[in-house]
Amino acid sequence: MATIRIAAPDTASKGEVIELKALIQHPMETGYRRDSKGEEVKRNIIKQFVCTYDGETVFEAEFYPGIAANPILTFYTKATKSGPIEFRWTDEFGESWAQTHELTVK
Amino acid sequence: MDDMNKTAPHIDRRTLLLTGAAGLAAVMLPATASAEVADADAYILKTFGDRPIKDGKVTLTLPPIAENGNSVALKVSVDSPMTKRNHVKRIVIVSPRNPIAEIAEFKLGPRAGKAEVSTRIRMAGTQTIRAIAEMNDGSLWRGTASTVVTLAACIIG
Repeated sequence: MATIRIAAPDTASKGEVIELKALIQHPMETGYRRDSKGEEVKRNIIKQFVCTYDGETVFEAEFYPGIAANPILTFYTKATKSGPIEFRWTDEFGESWAQTHELTVK
Repeated sequence: MDDMNKTAPHIDRRTLLLTGAAGLAAVMLPATASAEVADADAYILKTFGDRPIKDGKVTLTLPPIAENGNSVALKVSVDSPMTKRNHVKRIVIVSPRNPIAEIAEFKLGPRAGKAEVSTRIRMAGTQTIRAIAEMNDGSLWRGTASTVVTLAACIIG
């Protein structure tokens, strides 16, 4: 299981801009590196990150090998109503990992 | 929830240490895969066309010196009210010296509330990173920041 760490508030007031932090454990192998035997390590990176809030996409990121291993993102969204915030990563082979955080808006 | 239980990609410490040393050796070799400023320009041209790019509005923050190019903290913020009528559509981060010019692309909208994104990037040597923001009216704004990299990321083959 991919280790995912999310930092997001549980509650917010309507209209408040909240900070979201999302980290996934992944080597983000560039394909430019050689292993201890001198053989090329195959490229293996996460290509896409999508954050949806109550089903609507609020933030998206496209990654290239220039993103460090265990990619972390900090971004913001405006709290509008109570609902699930889903964080989803998809690698270049189509495999994806996701985690959902419930936000209550008062 | 099923897809969360698949095997996670991971690196153990020993492999990391060994490959780290191999990577160092690779950096000593002639840098054949390293990009040039021209590659960054070509990528920007391909992404945004020949629309004018103005300096300003975009603040890119990088540390002045990075001891390890494998993980450098980057923060980009754009001066925008982020309303429906006036907001940032996307932010593109471009490197003139990494093997691949594009580092990341962030898509935002009025729902972001605040045009600010932070992440960590790899840097294959001392360089000036560029961040280009595209507004909803189609205007383009640029911000730059330079970092002196003491130990380049292991990405030059």
